[in-house]
Amino acid sequence: MILLVMTYSNGRLAKASYELATAAQHLVREGKRTALVIGSGIDQVASEAACIADQVLVVDRPELEHYDPELWSAAVAQVARDRNAHTVLIPATRSGREYSPRVAVRLDAPLLEDVVSIEDKDGALIAERYCCLTRVSEIVEAKSTVNVVTVKPGAFAAAAASGQPCEKLALQVELPQRRLKVVHKSKEATDRVPLTEADIVVAGGRGVGSPQGFTELIGNLADQLGAAVAATRAVVDAGWRPYAEQVGQTGKTVQPKAYIAVGISGAVQHLSGMNRSAVIVAINKDPDAPIFKVADYGIVGDVQKIVPALIEELRR
Amino acid sequence: MRILTLIRQVLDAQEGVHIAKNAVELNGRKLVIDTMDEYGVEEALRLREHGLQAEVIAVAIGSARVEEALRTALAMGADRAIHVETDVALDAIALSSVIAQIAQAEKAELIFCGGQQSDWDSQALGAATAERLNWPQATWTRALELSGSLLSGRHDTEDGVESFEVQLPAVITTQQGLNEPRYPTLPNIMKAKRKQIRKDPLDAYAIEPKLQTKGVAFQTRQRLRKILDGKDAFTAASQLVDSLRNEARVIQ
Repeated sequence: MILLVMTYSNGRLAKASYELATAAQHLVREGKRTALVIGSGIDQVASEAACIADQVLVVDRPELEHYDPELWSAAVAQVARDRNAHTVLIPATRSGREYSPRVAVRLDAPLLEDVVSIEDKDGALIAERYCCLTRVSEIVEAKSTVNVVTVKPGAFAAAAASGQPCEKLALQVELPQRRLKVVHKSKEATDRVPLTEADIVVAGGRGVGSPQGFTELIGNLADQLGAAVAATRAVVDAGWRPYAEQVGQTGKTVQPKAYIAVGISGAVQHLSGMNRSAVIVAINKDPDAPIFKVADYGIVGDVQKIVPALIEELRR
Repeated sequence: MRILTLIRQVLDAQEGVHIAKNAVELNGRKLVIDTMDEYGVEEALRLREHGLQAEVIAVAIGSARVEEALRTALAMGADRAIHVETDVALDAIALSSVIAQIAQAEKAELIFCGGQQSDWDSQALGAATAERLNWPQATWTRALELSGSLLSGRHDTEDGVESFEVQLPAVITTQQGLNEPRYPTLPNIMKAKRKQIRKDPLDAYAIEPKLQTKGVAFQTRQRLRKILDGKDAFTAASQLVDSLRNEARVIQ
């Protein structure tokens, strides 16, 4: 069977989980598409997963209230082994990419990381993924009885939920002791749409001038468009914005329908996090900024004047 | 205590990518230590400079040329290096076995690894190594402090920043922001030439690649590059909104 490890936030199944269901449809090897939900108090998530899979396995334990790479990998590997999964699909979120290597080692399986396409042919699993800071795509192939695959968020369309939920089955697994002790967590709350799920992303760089400039220009433009807010590494390092908004090599990877880069020069590390966006818009005062080379639309000019003009135009 | 810092030699990020014979061309190109790995070397050196009795060992697996990257780590201040020499392309899961074997043989208690390798865009090496050793891991660290065998620090997660504590032995992955890696000074570069690099054949580790790369292609999209002059902000804004609404159809 194909094991799909569900991801969720605030008690709701995340978009990346629906995308996993679509990715699984590209695999022809037989077996049920089995969703695995791990956590504590996850009935709602399991019910939502039941609408995109052939069966749902639920590991619901108080110790699993908070994510931990060792607990998650132990649970996933055990279920995969006990139930003879030939393919384990995990969303390539930050946590998914953190615990999936441990699953692969436990199962002695290849790891196909952050894939954007997948197919199986003559006993081989073939996937496309990006490398060299997303400048190159490579085709990788694994020939193994069991494979672990992390699927890039946004690479597949979200599967539609069926009106006929499948069965749910509670499972017991053995869990190791938690060894990474989290002593404090600062979660950045936002009322906006999650960055990796947004159709439109408005991103700001140093060129917006100040934290206030960021709020006024980027925040207001994003709110006018119903968009998510993103920031460059430089802006996050300067303490203007929280890390959760960072896009690039060391932040999130996004591929929205439209990415609007404001006051961003376009370092290769930033481009690697957004250069798969369907449409890229750049606003920058420097006509030679590298961001314009990857832009579909752009304005060379003062962001302090252009962005308010854009907001006004959108309001009309 | 022995600390391993994993080194990967990659194409300089400022260099353009060339493709030849269905692979990313590295011959004749400028190769450097992956910047993500430099933070690990630097952090190990800082622990030692803050009074920890530690031997810092740089470890790399790859072709003969990888020795240059190890010499850089030695010039930064690592004590010695281990180079597992091979031209075989190994994926992170296979590589982690080599590193775990070295860690066991050296009785290492702390391993630093870059958060993401910039050649294969992989984040798997640190976690896979930790699993093979049955050690805990902390990824994407931004601050670290060692007190006895208790390592505390801060790291980035999906939706925020966490402060954590973990008992050694452990694998730590590093990133920009953790520290400011030093530049090797000329005397230290000279000194590094005399430091030992142990050469191991890959055969000694009995591993097989788990993945085959079948081909590579440039990942580029044709972009329209319709760039407007913004001297008149309102005219430019109006044209852009019109394009996004009626041509690209990405906004209402």
